[in-house]
This record gives sequence, structure tokens and C-alpha cells, in this order.
Amino acid sequence: MANPRYLGFDTLSLHAGQQPDPTTGARATPIFQTTSFVFRDTDHAASLFNMERAGHVYSRISNPTNAVLEERIAALENGIGAIATASGQAALHLAVCTIAGAGSHIVSSRSLYGGSHNLLQYTLKRFGIETTFVDPRNLDGWRAAIRPNTRLLFAETLGNPGLDVLDVPNVAQIAHEAKLPLLVDSTFTTPYLMRPFDLGADLLYHSATKFLGGHGVAIGGLLVDGGAFDWEASGRFPELTEPYDGFHGMDFQEESTVAAFLLRARREGLRDFGACMAPTVAFQILQGVETLALRMQRHVENTREVAAFLAGHAAVESVNYPELDTHPDCALARKLLPRGCGAVFTFAIKGGRAAGRRFIESLRVFSHLANVGDAKSLVIHPASTTHFRMDDAALAAAGIGPGTIRLSVGLEDPRDLIDDLAGALRVSQKN
Amino acid sequence: MELSVNGREAYVYTGGRTFDASLPTVVFIHGAEHDHCVWVLQTRYFAHHGRSVLAVDLPGHGRSAGPVLGSVEEMADWIVALLDAAGVGKAALVGHSMGSLIALECAARHPARVSALALVGTAFPMRVSDELLGATRDDEPLAQDMVNIWSHSAYAQYPGNPGPGFWVMGENLRLMQRQKPGVMHADFVACNAYANGAAAAAAVKCPALLVLGKRDIMTPPRATKELMAAMPQSRKVEIAGSGHALMAEKPDEVLEALVGFV
Repeated sequence: MANPRYLGFDTLSLHAGQQPDPTTGARATPIFQTTSFVFRDTDHAASLFNMERAGHVYSRISNPTNAVLEERIAALENGIGAIATASGQAALHLAVCTIAGAGSHIVSSRSLYGGSHNLLQYTLKRFGIETTFVDPRNLDGWRAAIRPNTRLLFAETLGNPGLDVLDVPNVAQIAHEAKLPLLVDSTFTTPYLMRPFDLGADLLYHSATKFLGGHGVAIGGLLVDGGAFDWEASGRFPELTEPYDGFHGMDFQEESTVAAFLLRARREGLRDFGACMAPTVAFQILQGVETLALRMQRHVENTREVAAFLAGHAAVESVNYPELDTHPDCALARKLLPRGCGAVFTFAIKGGRAAGRRFIESLRVFSHLANVGDAKSLVIHPASTTHFRMDDAALAAAGIGPGTIRLSVGLEDPRDLIDDLAGALRVSQKN
Repeated sequence: MELSVNGREAYVYTGGRTFDASLPTVVFIHGAEHDHCVWVLQTRYFAHHGRSVLAVDLPGHGRSAGPVLGSVEEMADWIVALLDAAGVGKAALVGHSMGSLIALECAARHPARVSALALVGTAFPMRVSDELLGATRDDEPLAQDMVNIWSHSAYAQYPGNPGPGFWVMGENLRLMQRQKPGVMHADFVACNAYANGAAAAAAVKCPALLVLGKRDIMTPPRATKELMAAMPQSRKVEIAGSGHALMAEKPDEVLEALVGFV
């Protein structure tokens, strides 16, 4: 037999996790719009509840449509499995709360989406989980912040909105030296641009609302496990390696050598917190995943044109896109993100906050709203919206100034995007 | 559960229940470059349905101390030593792939200790191509990819193992990567070298069941004719839509085949 080959990314985007429906022959993934699944008999019911058999019981815990999406994203990420959640924030919460509790500590990049920063800085702190924020580019800072009660290191693959490129191999190495996992938010890069597990990360999640769904129609999240982290050898995770009273004394690591994290996340976190994805949402996100490669190529091509235009414009102070030589992570981006740095970036407009307001209000094709990763181009002013809870010092540390504008470049004709930006920049400079 | 077998530490998974030697016992034996957890969707069921379960990590695999045993015959004797350590007189044996050869040889060598024999994803002879055998020695990642791709019949398994949302090919690859360097080559050498299958089958007196994947290209169903002929008391179940990784691809069908037999 010749050397075998795994299916390619584009093929997995269309096929992983799904075969034609055995009952109806439906080629598309059916939406299993049901809360519950009928048991064959009482023994079958008891076996499903006790994890003696695989199968579906109740759609908060699992659902066939969701399972297709979960399996597909796991295949695309080169992971072992995934859990679909109600949102990206639900995925982050599920990841943290599966392996951390009161008295635990997290080391996190300070360059985060405002909602994630808020969860770590304020909300989880209320439940006894503390976070130390570090400059993601300072490797010694990561190492120094680790404590005996630290449970994970966390960062975004591309920081929002400063576009700090995470040095995944080196931060993962620091985590592993301390017998800790590295969790990354891969929303901005998607598996098409970066597969963090191949670079050393252990867990990742997506706000599937963004590029995976890709059309701005559904809120959802996906938590994915790479399956390589050895929880037993770490010795820091009794949640996974010792009997769990909440499931008849189950020791998840004994049940599955590689899948302990996901087993507990589903059997505890999804069951008890309940932040599951609706099957219709899973279907909508699957439609986006089918064209992920095509869309990401076009997103990146358009973004390169738009960034180049802005970088040469007299009304623009600076453009913050890792593919440009002016970005501090340009060399790292070329190494870790050879297919491109995504479609979200920021720039600073001359004239500060007032010019920024005039600019945003003059755009016609770009939509002013709080989202990224839509097929349509989007714009927002982070200091007054997505990151408004952060004080000036935290904003500055995250690379956000009063005049910073964030773009999410869509799939329109790039000439129309540039014309729109040119017109709005012209208006922005009028007093 | 930890046991001392031949003076070395051995791990056995007992299906989520405390082991009770007074109940009928079923021993599950994994294949090459694997450990006990390939049986998660069969073992838990039996442990909660009137059986005691010993799902082994063979020496040098998973949590069991090494070294890896170099032949099917040595591993067959090790199973009996394990029964001794657990205080079990007689047990049903269920083996997958290399584990099926171990179970077969054990039933032939120690007929008083084996009550029933289930061979899952089996073949005799279990020849390994020179190309794969060389890769297990010289390039483990390549060999793991070969085995992983050849072991699965499709890119979607419903509803996933050990539960919905798992990509079984990714999970299987990670499980192989967890085994220590050198284990894979030793296992495949043992499979390739095992020559006693036909004689062993002829010596088996207990009931025997073969559970085969219709799309298995590692141990294709046609490669069991000699075994079936030598065990007239045997019967087979062929599972549609499954390759060599039957317990992951068709967990319920494998379980149904075993229920009532062991």
C-alpha cells in the first residue's frame, strides 16, 4: 500500500463529521430540532446516562447536528473533539471552570477582547479565580507570573484589537515547563490561518459567531481539545485524575487516556452550567465552515489591499497589521501565519476622537457595529465600545488609543471598500 | 486498579466499578500501540451488567510498567499471570487486533483458564508489510499516520467515541502518540512473527466469536478463513460500515455482538 494521506483542509471542511443521513439519505446535515431522544428500553436509558454507551439523551448535553459541527472543527484543528457552546464567552467560561475553581489562578495575556478581559478581571474573581495579566510579547513575564495554584495560561492568537501575534511555541513551552496547559482564543485566525495544536497549544476555543459562521447570523462558540496534554503527569488537576462525586466517582483520566478534559467539560460544565448551542445555530455555523477556506483567502486578500491603501494615506497616522513591516510582530507573523494575518486590524486616524467620529459616520459600505468576521465589512471605535470598561492605562497597554479604529474587512469588491474609506477619510479631516 | 504481575506494576481498568473476583470476569486486551481506553464503550457496560472487567494495559503500554513483551506467546502467558494476580480462576477473553492473537494463544495454551474467546478485528496470519514494519522502526509518526488512516473506514463516525463530539481519528492518533517510543515496533514485530495461529485455533475448545469490520483493510474478513476452519465451534459477526477500529467506529454494534457471548 502506498503511503496514506489524510484528507485536505477543504475536503474536511465539507465532509468531516457527517455522512449522508442513514434514514432519509439527506446529503446536507439535518437539523435535529429536538430536545430529547427516545430510549430503546430502560436498560438502554440507564446505559446512556451512565456513559456505558455513546448516544444522545438530551440536547443540552449533546445533539446530532451539534456533534457534526464539533467533530468537523476538531478535524480541522487537528484536535480530538470539541464542545459547541452558546457563545465564544461560554466556551471560555467552560474551559476555565473545567480545570479551575476557587483558589485557582490564571496567567493571561493583557491583549484581549474586552469581554474576555472582563470575565477574568472581574467576574471570575468574584468566584475566587484570580488572573495575572502579562504583556504577551514578554516571555519572561509569562514565566514569572506562574504561581503554585496556576491552572492555565491564556491568550488570543491575534490579540484584539492590537493584533499582537502570540508566540505560541514559546508560550506553550513555558506552560509545559510548569506542567500547565496553554489555552488560546483562535477566533481571529481560524484553523485555516493557524492550527495552534500543531504549534504546541493544548486547548483552544472560537467565537464561532465570527469567521467560522462567517455571515453574522448566529452566536456560538466551540471549545476544542488537542488531546496531547498529560493531566495525570501534571499532578495539578484532580478534577480530571481523581474520582468525581458528581458522576458516581468517575475518574475521567481512567475512562479515556486522551479525552479526560472534554469528558468532564461535557459531563459537568455543559450539564450544570447549561450554556449549550441550539442545533439550528450549529447548522448555520456548519454552512459557514463549508466555505471557510475560500472565504479566508478572500478576507486576507481584501485586507492586504485595504491595509496598503490606508498605510499610504495622508490622513492615517499608523496602520496596525502584522503583515506590515511597521508591526512589531511582523517577523513572527511570517513564521506562524504564512497564509495571512486575518481580516481584522486597527489604524489611527489623524485628528483623534473627533476625526474618528466623522470618519465612522461617513462610511457607506462599512457597517458600524460590534462584531468582526462577517462577510460584510465592519468598523468600530474600540475605546468607546468593545473595550469601554478598560481604563486608559489598560487601553494603552492593549495598544488602543483614543483615535484607534478597528476594521473587519469583508468579502466585497476591494475597490468599493477603498473608495468608501477614501471618502470617509476625506470627510474626517474637515473641521 | 494496580496489580503486581510477574513482579512488575500493571494497570487494569475495571469499568468504573470495584473489581469483584466472585463475578464472571471478562478480560479485554487492546491492540498494538494502544491501551485499555479503546474499550471504554464496551467495558463500562459489562462492569455494570453483572460482570467483572479487567481491561489491561499490556506491559510497557499506557500505565503499565515495561518492558514490552516481545512475542504473542509471552503476552498470552502474561494474561494468565494477571488472572492469578487478580484471583480469577477462569475468564472470558476479548482481544482486538494484536490483542486477539494474544487471546487466541492464551485460550490454546491455558484452556482451563478461558471460558470464551472473542476475537475483534482479527486475522491470521497477521502479516505486516515491510513498508509499515520499517516505518514503525524508523519513523513512528509516519507509521502512526499509516495505521490511523488504514484503521478507519470513513471521516465521520456516529455518534463518536467515547461520546458525541469526538473525532475518532484524532483521538486514536493522540492515543498512539502517548505510547512510549519503541512500543509500536515491538508490537508490530510480534504480530508479524506470530506463526502459531492455526495450531492455536485447533486447540481452542471454548466457544469462539469473531467480530469483523466489513471495510477493514488492516485485518480484512477474508483473512479469517483459516481460523474459522480450525474452530468449527466458532461463529462470526460482520459489522457493516466499520474498518479496523471497530470499537470506536461501531461501538454499539461491537457491544451487541459481545452481549450474551461473554
